[in-house]
Amino acid sequence: MEKGKGIMGSGRRWAVDFSDNSTAPSSRDIPDPPGFTRASVDQDDSTVSRQKKDAESNWKAQKAWEVAQAPFKNLLMMGFMMWMAGNTVHLFSIGITFSALWQPISALQGVGKVFEPYKDNKVDLLGPKLLFIALNLGGLALGVWKLNTLGLLPTHASDWVSSLPPAQEVEYSGGGIPL
Amino acid sequence: MAIRSFFLFILFFSSSLSPVFSLYEDQVGLMDWHQQYIGKVKQAVFSSQRAGRKRVVVSTEENVIASLDLRHGEIFWRHLLGADDVIDGIDIGLGKYVITLSSGGSILRSWNLPDGQMVWESSLQGPKHSKSFLLVPTNLKFDKDNVLVVFSNGRLHAISCIDGEVLWKKDFEAESFEVQQVIQPPGSDLIYVVGFAASYQFEMYQINAKNGELLKHESASFSSGFSGEVSLVSTETVVALDSTGSILLTISFQDGKISSQQTPISNLVEESLGPAVIIPSSVSGIFAIKTDAVTVFIRVIGEGKLEVVEKTTHEIAVSDALSISEDQEAFALIQHASSEIHLTVKLAHDWDGNLLKESVKMDRQRGLVHKVFINNYIRTDRSYGFRVLIVMEDHSLLLLQQGEIVWSREDGLASIIDVTTSELPVERNGVSVAKVEHNLFEWLKGHMLKLKGTLMLASPEDMAAIQSMRLKSSEKSKMTRDHNGFRKLLIVLTRAGKLFALHTGDGRIVWSHLLRSLHKSEACQSPIGLNLYQWQVPHHHAMDENPSVLVVSRCGPSSDAPGVLSFVDTYTGKELSSLSLDHAVVQVIPLPYTDSTEQRLHLLINADKHAHLYPKTSEALSIFKREFLNIYWYSVEDQNGIIKGHALKCKCTGEVADEFCFDTRDLWSVVFPSESEKIVATVTRKLNEVVHTQAKVVADQDVMYKYISRNLLFVATVAPKGSGEIGSVTPEESWLVAYLIDTVTGRILHRVTHHGLQGPVHAVFSENWVVYHYFNLRAHRYEMSVIEIYDQSRADNKDVWKLVLGKHNLTSPISLFSRPEVITKSQSYFFTHSLKAIAVTSTAKGITSKQLLLGTIGDQVLALDKRFLDPRRTVNPTQAEKEEGIIPLTDSLPIIPQSYVTHALRVEGLRGIITVPAKLESTTLVFAHGVDLFFTQLAPSRTYDSLTEDFSYALLLITIVALVAAIFVTWRLSERKELQEKWSFYSAFASQSTFSSLFLCDN
Repeated sequence: MEKGKGIMGSGRRWAVDFSDNSTAPSSRDIPDPPGFTRASVDQDDSTVSRQKKDAESNWKAQKAWEVAQAPFKNLLMMGFMMWMAGNTVHLFSIGITFSALWQPISALQGVGKVFEPYKDNKVDLLGPKLLFIALNLGGLALGVWKLNTLGLLPTHASDWVSSLPPAQEVEYSGGGIPL
Repeated sequence: MAIRSFFLFILFFSSSLSPVFSLYEDQVGLMDWHQQYIGKVKQAVFSSQRAGRKRVVVSTEENVIASLDLRHGEIFWRHLLGADDVIDGIDIGLGKYVITLSSGGSILRSWNLPDGQMVWESSLQGPKHSKSFLLVPTNLKFDKDNVLVVFSNGRLHAISCIDGEVLWKKDFEAESFEVQQVIQPPGSDLIYVVGFAASYQFEMYQINAKNGELLKHESASFSSGFSGEVSLVSTETVVALDSTGSILLTISFQDGKISSQQTPISNLVEESLGPAVIIPSSVSGIFAIKTDAVTVFIRVIGEGKLEVVEKTTHEIAVSDALSISEDQEAFALIQHASSEIHLTVKLAHDWDGNLLKESVKMDRQRGLVHKVFINNYIRTDRSYGFRVLIVMEDHSLLLLQQGEIVWSREDGLASIIDVTTSELPVERNGVSVAKVEHNLFEWLKGHMLKLKGTLMLASPEDMAAIQSMRLKSSEKSKMTRDHNGFRKLLIVLTRAGKLFALHTGDGRIVWSHLLRSLHKSEACQSPIGLNLYQWQVPHHHAMDENPSVLVVSRCGPSSDAPGVLSFVDTYTGKELSSLSLDHAVVQVIPLPYTDSTEQRLHLLINADKHAHLYPKTSEALSIFKREFLNIYWYSVEDQNGIIKGHALKCKCTGEVADEFCFDTRDLWSVVFPSESEKIVATVTRKLNEVVHTQAKVVADQDVMYKYISRNLLFVATVAPKGSGEIGSVTPEESWLVAYLIDTVTGRILHRVTHHGLQGPVHAVFSENWVVYHYFNLRAHRYEMSVIEIYDQSRADNKDVWKLVLGKHNLTSPISLFSRPEVITKSQSYFFTHSLKAIAVTSTAKGITSKQLLLGTIGDQVLALDKRFLDPRRTVNPTQAEKEEGIIPLTDSLPIIPQSYVTHALRVEGLRGIITVPAKLESTTLVFAHGVDLFFTQLAPSRTYDSLTEDFSYALLLITIVALVAAIFVTWRLSERKELQEKWSFYSAFASQSTFSSLFLCDN
């Protein structure tokens, strides 16, 4: 990489900037080719574009709902996996439970990102987002429930006293059979 | 569902398999060591076999008969007779049989000399108890068969040496006859039996050795009576002392006529000596008398005339006579002089001439010479050489030859009284490095070998070298503390009053010290070592202070004899100080308090129930005063069947004011009805036991609170009738009652009666449970029971929020005077073995599960998981219980052959098992002692906190190497690919730019 850079850096003699799309024709000394108008790119038929935009926003809304419903499938699969794993603590069930917990959490963290492509001022994303969050929360609840059934949640007295040291005794007594 | 059940199956398989702690063959001796001893030698007989290896047969006070290699002192073979089968005499018959007389002269056995196989055994009965004698006459033949003459239980037997058949017997039924000597003059067919009757009459029986016929019976009375033993000065003359110990009686019974002569000792020795005793010796013509200060050797000349040949104030030991030719007898004499011993060998009839005179340097820590045994050999120049076997005060056995100690055996270690442990010094810098550099080549070679071994390239010879390197690893026998706490010093007190420090790594003796305070002295005639206690265990000043132990001993066997305390530095073995107490020591109570120098406070109770505080410092006193009202003590009077509780009252009244002495008052007493109960066992928890938690989580996340108290005493009583041997009573009249008694308040927390059971009871108490072992008369089997005790008053502490926020009083200090509500759970199981000892593993934090260590009747130590003795076991445990690890109930406890801690070895005469926690939580150190010593490390739940010995380092290494290589390779590959991608991108870019430049040019 270093090498490539070095060569490029020293070996550059000339360059053409293709990104130049300024509307002013006189940005360069060279005139535009005949028949080429810079303004024509932005100017479009307004009706066609509106139709296109409507279709697009419809499509986006539809997609957003689809995305919002996607965790449901996940939920079902997770449930199935959990049932498969059983209620005993071992590698498989712990892995499944933790992935069941992790997935909703990471999904919830990235709610904005998930719906980023469908962001549009015409599309109401609140509904799909709420559904998405609710479904993921459901998944999370499922994971927590699984954790509980595995006995990994400290909900019992035994979880809090298991390392409680014995109480000190005030009195002390020694003795026994005479030596 | 199938998958679920499959998982369950796997889980069940992995969790409920009882852990097996077997070793691989090459692991033997890595962490364990075994030492064989025989005990203090009572009698030694040299084998006169010409061919083969020279050997000596010995009998010892531990009831061992052993054949030792005379060249190195190793044991050829060894037999331990039972504890009540005391050996009275040994001899060698026909040059190939070892004859032993034991059990008060009632069992005669013959063993094959080369291999120690028993040839025959005869039981000898007789009319009454008497002294016993074993004679093996060399020339008394009976149809080509040698005859053994045995006097035992008031009966004289002639026994065939070949098959042990009794040829004839003769009773000596006279009521008061006490046999003193049995004499078989060589070259004759006569046997003389001499003894006293009614303590003033001398009796002589002459018996025909061929058929046991009584030829003559003579008696003579001596008005002054007799005292002590008689010494045989010739085949027909004995010397005895009168009852005052001041007149010597020379009694001769030549030709069946008794004639005697009296010589006052004062006639022989000018100054008065006080009462004397005869030292028995078999040297003809010479005998010795001993008073408190002086030993006098006296020669018998002619008709009962006596002559003093030597008088010495030195400690002296004399051997028996050794006949070296037809008419010559030699004997050895050992005298002490400061740091040397002088060995002289003399001929019996020539006192002034010495056959041999040697001086041998002797370690002072061995004390005095107690016994001497002499043996001769023929030198290359055809002259006689002599070697002597000596038994020292510390019970060690040494062979002296040509002025040197050829070998020595520390047989004092066969009779250990008490054991404690001590840490080793903390490692200082630069010790190990220097050692490594010292032989760098060896070190490199060792590592090369190890590498070869792990890569499985080693040849069988290399494997052997690796194995020996592992066994002799200097790492385990270093004299410094290690990280895991495996290296420690075992401080043991032996019956001889010697303190040994054994290294746990390889069992070698680091130091030994014959306690001065246990030495016989004016003030203390027969000191007995009692117990060892940890006196000072420095933690804060571990670098500059040495730990010390307290040795409690007593002058004399009675319980009111004054006590002696000595303090011994455990690093150096130096006796720091010793205290002769003016009071007796009946009990020693180590208190759970230490002073600023980390000396533990001890309370010594004397016979008058006064408590004395040690150390006697004002600081200790102030600490003690602070806790004064909370200290109690209890005494178990097992003879009277009473357990009493006491509290401290005030300073001692009367006598001299002593602010370290306290009066006590009786608080409570538990009196067991003497007609129905007799105390056979009491056991408490170990003082230093650490309990991790008070809660026990049971199935379904339920919790039970253990009743953990330091002040619980388990007492087992049996019916007085049933305290005898097993089977001596019917099941109906025998029972066993188990109690759990609080020793502060005297409250009986639990009592359970088992009918049809009998002792002996062995019990062990740990945490909140006690396990005891006894015999079931109805089932004709041994049984073990477990009692677990739980605190019911804490059971309702189940509010999670309270526990989360810490708003509970589960850890606040409690008083035993508050009323406890306990429930107990118990269960019994059959067990195959009878036991000699029982112990439980102990670990540093008490987290690791426990194992019971059972000293079986076969002198082995068996580890049994505590889970097998869980009163919550049921025949069909529920799913949750199975998950918790409860084993389905079976009627008997399994004995898994792999769980013998001692694997193939035996700890002969096993007496005690001691467990010491290592610093590593998973591991506990186990020391079993009897006649033999055995030490090992145990991990009851496997070594979960460290890699095991058989961990495959090779696999780890290979994996790491492979991973690194893979990383490197993939990195190179990715780099190359990236470069290529870049090149292709640039080339595309370059062609495009060429095109555009062309286009531009065109334009």
